[in-house]
Amino acid sequence: METTYGSIRGASGKIAYVFEYAGGVFELMGRALKLVVRGKMAGAMERKAIIEQIESIAIRSLSIVVLTAIFSSMVMTVQFAVQLARFGAKEYVGNVVSLSLVRELGPVLTALMVGGRVGAGISAELGSMNVTEQIDALRSMGADPIQKLVVPRILATTLMLPLLTTLANALGVAGAMLTARLDSGVHLSYFYHSILQAVTVQDFVGGLIKTLLFGFVLSAIACYQGLITRGGTQGVGRSTTQTVVITSVVTLISDFVFTKVLLEFGM
Amino acid sequence: MDAPFIEFRDVKKAFGERSIYDGLSLSVRRGETLTIVGGSGSGKSVLLKMLIGLLKPDSGAILFDGVDVARASEEELLPVRRRISMLFQGGALFDSMSVSGNIAYPLRVQGLLGEDAIAARVGEVLSEVGLSGSEALSPDELSGGMKKRVALARAIASKPEVVLYDEPTTGLDPITTRRIVELISAIHERAKTTAIVVTHDLASAFFVSSRVAMLSERRTSMVLPVEEFRRSSDPAIREFISAMPMAEVAP
Repeated sequence: METTYGSIRGASGKIAYVFEYAGGVFELMGRALKLVVRGKMAGAMERKAIIEQIESIAIRSLSIVVLTAIFSSMVMTVQFAVQLARFGAKEYVGNVVSLSLVRELGPVLTALMVGGRVGAGISAELGSMNVTEQIDALRSMGADPIQKLVVPRILATTLMLPLLTTLANALGVAGAMLTARLDSGVHLSYFYHSILQAVTVQDFVGGLIKTLLFGFVLSAIACYQGLITRGGTQGVGRSTTQTVVITSVVTLISDFVFTKVLLEFGM
Repeated sequence: MDAPFIEFRDVKKAFGERSIYDGLSLSVRRGETLTIVGGSGSGKSVLLKMLIGLLKPDSGAILFDGVDVARASEEELLPVRRRISMLFQGGALFDSMSVSGNIAYPLRVQGLLGEDAIAARVGEVLSEVGLSGSEALSPDELSGGMKKRVALARAIASKPEVVLYDEPTTGLDPITTRRIVELISAIHERAKTTAIVVTHDLASAFFVSSRVAMLSERRTSMVLPVEEFRRSSDPAIREFISAMPMAEVAP
């Protein structure tokens, strides 16, 4: 009896924590948006911080995003070519691969990689600042940590994710094209024309809109996780791991929601 | 008699089940250096953080020059925070910035000085703490004592009216401790600022203070001028003094 009561209490505690966590992330998003709308990010210090974050995020994630895009599209091409060949439709591999890449795999894989790489970095950085009282020091000087630390990271991630995804799409398609030619003998010009036939501007734009939303949500989660970090270096380690897990799960769940919503709008 | 510059009135603060303060009352006069002593975990840092609104008390009032900090919003706290600086226990230097970036930061946040004036002020305070020429170093290139001195330079850069010191000598060797204590004393002598120092290091407390307050039973039990504190027969004070090595408390 006591065990049942204990497990119910444990479960309700976890549910309450999820709601509290989600509430905290939404509040942080709201405060960040308010600062941007009120023009509080236009100062010299803020502009410098945004540019520094853009440089850091782009450089930190470039290699992993490029490698993921190229190799996943190459594997996809090999798999689809084998399966399509069974129906005598090997030449259509370009349609299938490019459409999946632009609509789904490009945005989602880039978000997963950036969520893991950049999100963990943001959490570790803000978490360390928190446990070493640097955030308290910032507040004690009359500075707002949301304005000085959080918004530059959210803006930089939200702006960089679509650009990284575009690069991932382009290199992924190039990798797929080359694999199709070398592995399955699909002619390059045929592959190229099948892309033009299959992928519309709406597909591309829909994918990019998703990455904007992913970037905003993922960076807000990473910042929130950093700001609630407690417990010294061990706490920073825990926070970093949690960020990777939470951002990955949120990316996959929100991808489904965003896809349904965008389809309603014809994208 | 003048109203106190800073006053804690019947402050209560708990973290979950753990009560830190239960009716703390304490007054600080303008221009004095008050040291608060007490054992580890007695909530000395919490007291400083409550004064600049980093932590809120559960009840009671904290008055700074007539403003109740305990009830002020983040926006209302801005003018208060610009008049008070704090030296954090571990220095809390920003890792991502150089020494000069750290010291310049509060000045840039205030936005009252141009970049040339900021650079001049950074040089001035660095020379005051004996670290001229270390502008370009990053915090991880500094020793513990140097970090404290840079943090001290950052705390006084904006010429605050009040400086709060959270364990300024913890973790330092005796020689560096003496240098830091002398530096704090000299700075306050010269600038006539108000200072609150929290420490468990009685020798430093006796050196820098006008008065000493003893924290016990989750409130301040007694606030006395240094000499009276030293000679006090209060059991809590006697116990605290007797636990310190003789060399450290000797005049």
